[in-house]
Amino acid sequence: MTAIKSGSNLERVLTAGHFAFTGECGPPKGANADHLREKFKYLKGNVDCVNMTDNQTAVVRMSSLAGCALMKAEGLEPNFQMVCRDRNRLAMMSDILGAYALGVRNMLCLSGDHQSFGNHPEAKNVHDIDSMQLIALVKKMRDEEKFLNGEEIDVAPKMFIGAACNPFADPFEFRVHRLATKIEAGADFIQTQCIFNMDKFRDFMKQVVDKGLHERCYILAGVTPMKNAGMANFMSKYVPGMDISESLIKRLKGVDKRDQAEEGIKIALEQIEAFKEMQGVAGVHLMAIEWEHKVPEIAERAGVLPRP
Amino acid sequence: MIVADRKSLEEILGMVADREKLLILGCKGCVTVCNVGGLKEAEVLASTLRIAQKKEGRPVEVSHRVLERQCDNEYVAGLADDVGNYDAVVSMACGVGPQFLSEMYPDQVFFPAVNTTFFGGAVQHGVWEERCAGCGACAIHLFGGLCPIARCAKSLLHGPCGGSANGICEVNKETACIWDAIVKKKMETGRLEDLVAVKPFKDWRTARDGGPRRSIREELVKGTL
Amino acid sequence: MRLSYPANIKIIQVPCTGRVDIVHLLSALEDGADGVYVAGCLEGECHYLEGNYKARRKVVYVKKVLTELGIEPERVAMYNLSSAQGARFAEIANDMVLQIKDLGPTPVR
Repeated sequence: MTAIKSGSNLERVLTAGHFAFTGECGPPKGANADHLREKFKYLKGNVDCVNMTDNQTAVVRMSSLAGCALMKAEGLEPNFQMVCRDRNRLAMMSDILGAYALGVRNMLCLSGDHQSFGNHPEAKNVHDIDSMQLIALVKKMRDEEKFLNGEEIDVAPKMFIGAACNPFADPFEFRVHRLATKIEAGADFIQTQCIFNMDKFRDFMKQVVDKGLHERCYILAGVTPMKNAGMANFMSKYVPGMDISESLIKRLKGVDKRDQAEEGIKIALEQIEAFKEMQGVAGVHLMAIEWEHKVPEIAERAGVLPRP
Repeated sequence: MIVADRKSLEEILGMVADREKLLILGCKGCVTVCNVGGLKEAEVLASTLRIAQKKEGRPVEVSHRVLERQCDNEYVAGLADDVGNYDAVVSMACGVGPQFLSEMYPDQVFFPAVNTTFFGGAVQHGVWEERCAGCGACAIHLFGGLCPIARCAKSLLHGPCGGSANGICEVNKETACIWDAIVKKKMETGRLEDLVAVKPFKDWRTARDGGPRRSIREELVKGTL
Repeated sequence: MRLSYPANIKIIQVPCTGRVDIVHLLSALEDGADGVYVAGCLEGECHYLEGNYKARRKVVYVKKVLTELGIEPERVAMYNLSSAQGARFAEIANDMVLQIKDLGPTPVR
């Protein structure tokens, strides 16, 4: 994990052994670039790179590639998310080239939420290749400097390759094996699903460390601060693959409504502290959903500032 | 087999609204086996249409019969004497039937009475499930005999995705996560290592993506050998 | 027992209600019957194990067809009684006739 692959800021931070701190940003449901620039202000200088989501939850938004370009122009480092739902291999490769040409150096390869969850459930999905193969594709383009068909690429896109991992989906015993395959395919870093069940995550990380996977790949633990008990309740019931305990909902309900946001941030901060100490965890990926303005405060209180 | 669902009466009645002499044409193939378009179902639909039209005070003549198969010109030809006697023919075969009929009898109108849904089988009497996507390159042996192309909502070759919970697919509570079943089978048989390697990129040319397909068995084709 | 039941009911005997088919029920309606009902054995008492359950599902199917056609589904019904319940037979016949009279003549003419 030492030879520089992409030269991205995230790669630099991780290879230098710093505890990484990454953020996330959803493009607008419209062409409102100013709205996006507003969000960037809160993230700039507080995180190492920012994920730009790709039609997340299958709801149509400004393209993640355009969002990345706008981000780049504001001096932040983007992490270009790409899902397999909306593009075939031709569109994927051309977007990867385009992203690289625009200065994007990190990618996160995802399957994508099924379109039935989104606002165009009538859509045909693509799934030409899956997320595992998307990782392998980006790696091939970077390391072999070739398209999937074996043709040479003129200027090859050198991406720092990310993948997702949900340690809480079933079957639990298989999750670590699937992670190993993602690393085998070429993932340089992993950003996990939001973690709320710390015991189960510890159990998962122990398996990761036992297999030595943390030495082959940087694992960033996903953190989402809860805005209130209602959000926790909603996520536990309606967001697939979430493992939110009763005790967490209880803790949020236990404080006055006005103080629930602060309690949510406190929980997130406690998690970040735990991750700093947890073997195999190389950083935190903060998903402050529509709460970007809280990122500076969370980064400050988590003691991760200034960023290296 | 090919599985189909009957269209709503409203849709069928809409299609034949201005026709007075109809033939409901069943098929003894797959649609008979899945109880949607055989002789019996053709008879029921014919009676139903007559009731509907009588109610509207617009009596129509509706007959019914069945062909051995509607996907075989040899049997489709059997309709030659009769096909001209109707204002329209309603086919209860899968989507193949009305096309073979339309090709052989260009002067007649053929309406589809069913929606062709999938290749599958009956998991219990009255319940059918999809099993095959007809991708043209079968690899079920790599997945414990279970097809993720047809049975995973995202056709993942490396599942299960993050939405799999308690063996159920995130897309539909009625649907089992096929990847959960594949993984468990591999675990039980001690062959988990089969799932660890990254699988080759699928070549979709053999599927519908490569354009309409054709199968030729030369030993059966007159004049080729 | 000298029990009387309405004269406007035409009884069609079958060995078991399992023999009753969807198309039989439809044919009756098509030919202008104002209503059709199936009188099967008590549930769980079928000599052929499940003939009466099969009949029930067919009646439900025909009810759905009628609903789709905008015809009152109450024009078809399923009743269960044993051959020893003569009084019940007459009662059902009367009930059914009353119900159909409420609905009026069939719109299928």
